Amino acid sequence: MTTGAGDEVLRLTGITRRFGTLVANDGIDLMLRRGEVLALLGENGAGKTTLMNILFGHYLADAGSVTVMGRPLPPGNPAAALAAGLGMVHQHFTLAEQMTVLENVLLGTLPLWRAGLPLGAARERLMRLAEDFGLAIDPDARVGTLSVGERQRVEILKALWRDARILILDEPTAVLTPQETDALTATLRRMVGQGLSVVFISHKLHEVLGLADRCVVLRHGRVVAEVSTAGATRADLARLMVGEEVATPSVAPGRPGAPLLTLEHVATRAQGTAHPLRGVSMTLRAGTITGLAGVSGNGQAALSDLISGLIAPTAGRMQIADAPPRGWSPRAAVAAGIARIPEDRHKTGTVADFTLTENAILETYARAPFSRRGWMDWRAARDFCTRLIAAYDLRGSGPEGRIRLLSGGNMQKLILGRVLEHHPRIILANQPVRGLDVGAIAYVHGRLLAARDDGAAILLISEDLDEIMTLSDDIHVISEGRLSPAFPRGTMTTADLGLWMAGQGFADAA
Amino acid sequence: MMELLDILLAGSFWAAAVRIASPLIFATMGELICERAGVLNLGIEGIMVIGAFTGWIAVYMGAPLWWGVAAAMLAGMTFGLLHAILTVPFGLSQHVVGLGVTLLATSTSYFVYRLALPEVTSPPRIEPFQNLPIPILSDIPLIGPAFFNQTPLTYAAFACAGLTALVLWRTPLGLAIRAAGENPSAVAAQGLSVTGLRMGAVIVGSGLMAVGGSFLTLSAFSSFFFEMVNGRGWICVALVVFGAWRPGKAVLGALLFAAFDALQIRLQQTDIGQIVPYQAFLAVPYVLSILALILMSRRAEVPAALMIPFNKGER
Repeated sequence: MTTGAGDEVLRLTGITRRFGTLVANDGIDLMLRRGEVLALLGENGAGKTTLMNILFGHYLADAGSVTVMGRPLPPGNPAAALAAGLGMVHQHFTLAEQMTVLENVLLGTLPLWRAGLPLGAARERLMRLAEDFGLAIDPDARVGTLSVGERQRVEILKALWRDARILILDEPTAVLTPQETDALTATLRRMVGQGLSVVFISHKLHEVLGLADRCVVLRHGRVVAEVSTAGATRADLARLMVGEEVATPSVAPGRPGAPLLTLEHVATRAQGTAHPLRGVSMTLRAGTITGLAGVSGNGQAALSDLISGLIAPTAGRMQIADAPPRGWSPRAAVAAGIARIPEDRHKTGTVADFTLTENAILETYARAPFSRRGWMDWRAARDFCTRLIAAYDLRGSGPEGRIRLLSGGNMQKLILGRVLEHHPRIILANQPVRGLDVGAIAYVHGRLLAARDDGAAILLISEDLDEIMTLSDDIHVISEGRLSPAFPRGTMTTADLGLWMAGQGFADAA
Repeated sequence: MMELLDILLAGSFWAAAVRIASPLIFATMGELICERAGVLNLGIEGIMVIGAFTGWIAVYMGAPLWWGVAAAMLAGMTFGLLHAILTVPFGLSQHVVGLGVTLLATSTSYFVYRLALPEVTSPPRIEPFQNLPIPILSDIPLIGPAFFNQTPLTYAAFACAGLTALVLWRTPLGLAIRAAGENPSAVAAQGLSVTGLRMGAVIVGSGLMAVGGSFLTLSAFSSFFFEMVNGRGWICVALVVFGAWRPGKAVLGALLFAAFDALQIRLQQTDIGQIVPYQAFLAVPYVLSILALILMSRRAEVPAALMIPFNKGER
C-alpha cells in the first residue's frame, strides 16, 4: 500500500502498562505521519522507553493497541514489529563487536535454515544504501574498531536494510560530537525526504527544537502536551516536561583564588585501549569550575584516575597547592582534600544492595565518627545519613532502605551529599548529571556552584557541551590524550569546541 | 634420539595420533558450538561417559554400530537439554550446572551398567568399527595410514569439524549463533530468540560430545569400563581455548595433543622408559598442552557474552 506525505503511518491507542503499583504508561495516544520527525520528550521515568518497548513487542501492554500503516500490530512480537517496517536504534547499541559491519547488518535478516551467506551481493547493497543516505561505512570493518558515531550509522543501516519505514531513535545524540550530531541531522532529513518517518526520544530540549517537526511531551506516563516545534522555546518545553517553571541556576563567574592543583606536561602510562595523557598542563584554582569537554574515551578516564590517585604521572610535574605530593595514591588524594563524584553511579558510585546509610559512609567509614578503635558506630552513620536526606531533599527511602530502589536523581543527591558534606578542596565531578532529568540537573548544578563559591576547585568532566559552557569558568578540550589550552568563559562557540574535540588545533606533541 | 626418529617416521605412530584425536575432535566441536552461543558446557566429561556407555550397550544388545552412534547422540542430547534448561531460561550458574550434569551423567552410566550386567567382572567386548582404507590415498607414505586408513567414525570426526566451520561462518544460522555468544541483545533486537538459539546449540553440541564418547567404545576399545573417558572432556574444554574458538585451530590442537599422547606411549617402550617412571610420560601431553595453551591463548577472542545469562526485558 502506498502512502502520500502526511498520511498516518503509526497510531498508538490507549497504551497502558503497569509495573507493580507504578503506572509507567497511562492511556497513551500517539500518531505519526509519513515524512515527519516526531520528538518524544520527557524526564527520566516519564515512560518514553517503556512505550517504545511496548511498540517493539519487548513488553506486553496491559491495555491499548498499535496500528502500523493501517494494520493492527500483534502485541509482544518483536519479529512482527520489524516485519511491519519499524526500525529501532537503541540508546545502548545492540551490535556484536567482534563481528563485521556486514555480519551485524545481515544478522536475522535471512531465513536461518538456508545454506550459504550471500556476502558479495549483500556488501554491494549495503554500500548503495550507505551512499543513498550519506552514511559512509566500511562493510568489512569489525564493529569493535569503530567510533561511537560510526556504530550508530551501523544501527541505522540495520534498520534501513530491513526497509524500515518508521525509524525510532532512543537518545541518539547522547554520545555524539556536535559534528557527528550535524551529520545525523542531515541523514534524518534525507530519510524524511525519502518518505520515512522518524520518532526520536530525548530529554535535550535544543535537539528537540532543532530536529523535530512536532513534539509530544510525556510526564508520569501520560501525554501532557503536543506542540509544533515551530515557534516553541526551550522554556516552553521545559515547563511542559517538568510541569513547573525550572529554576536554571544563575551562573555568575567564579572568583579565582590560589591554584590548588597544577599539572605541567604530565603524561601517563597506556592502560588497555583508552588513551593515556600526553603532555597535559592544567591548573585548578580555588573558587572556579574547570570544564573538560571531549568525546568519551579520549583520556578523560586517565585524567580522572590521575587526580583520584589511582595512577601516577610517568612524566611531567604535578603539584597539590604549592608542593608536589609525596607518594601519589588514592589515600594521598583523599588526604589532599580531593573528592570524587564518579562517572557511573550504579557501578562505581554505590553498592546497589547496601542501605542508604551504608552508601553514605562508603568512602569515610574508616574515620571518626563512623568508626572508633576499629568498631563501627552505626548510630553516627545513621544520623549522618538522616542529615543528608533532609539537607539534600532526598526522596524515596529512609536511611534503612536499599539504595537500589532510589531513582537516579535521588541516588546522585546522596553521592553529592556525601562528597560535599566533608567540604572538599578539590572536586572531581565526572558526568555528574548524566541521565538525570531537568529538575535534578538544576539541583546538582546549583549545589556544585555553591561549593565553588565556598572556595572549592571543581573539575567538571562532561560530554554535554551545554553543561560545560554554562558552568565552566575555563574550558579545556581533551582529544587523544592531549589537552587544549584553557579557554576562558564565553570565548568559544559550540562549533569551535567541536573542532578541537575532533582533534583540530592541537600542536601535536607526539 | 635415533629411537625418537624411528617413532616419528613410522606410519603407525601417525595413525595412532589421528585415532586418538578423533573423539577429541567430536567433543571439542560440541563444546565450541556451545561456547560460541555463549554457554560454557562443563557437562562435557559426563556427557562423553554417557555417550560411551549408551553407544556400547546399544551395540551389545544387538543394534548395528551406526545405531549405537545415534543412540549415544540421543543420550547426549537428552543431558544437553537438561543443561540447556537450567542454564538458558533459568540462567543458573553454568559452572555449577555443568559439574552437576557431569556427575549425574557419569553416575547414571555406571549405575545402569551395574544394573544391566550385575555379574560381570571383565567387561564384555563388542565388534567395533573396522578400518576402511580409502583406495590409492591410503598408500601415500605417512599421510596415507594416518588420514586414509581409519574407521568411518574418524572420517566422520573430520567431516564434523568441517561442517561446524561451514555452518558457523557460512550460514545465517551460524551468524545468529555467534551473535548470541557475542551480544545477545543484538540477536533479540533483530527479532530472533536468544533462548532458542542457545538451547539448540547446547543440545546439538552435547550430542556431538556424546558421539565423541561413543568413539571410545565403538571404535577404539570395543568395551566399556569405568574411568575410560579419563579427563578427555576437560582436555576438550582447553582445546576450545587453544583453538581460539575456531574449528580449524581446535582440530590442530586436538591432533597436537593426540600426537604427544601417542608419543609418550611409545617412549615408554624405549631405553629412556626403563629409567624414567611411566607416570612422567603420562603427564607429558598434559604439561605440553598447558604450555601450548599459555602461548596460544594470549590473543584469543573470547565470545563476549560467554557465561552471561540473557534475561529478556531486564531493566
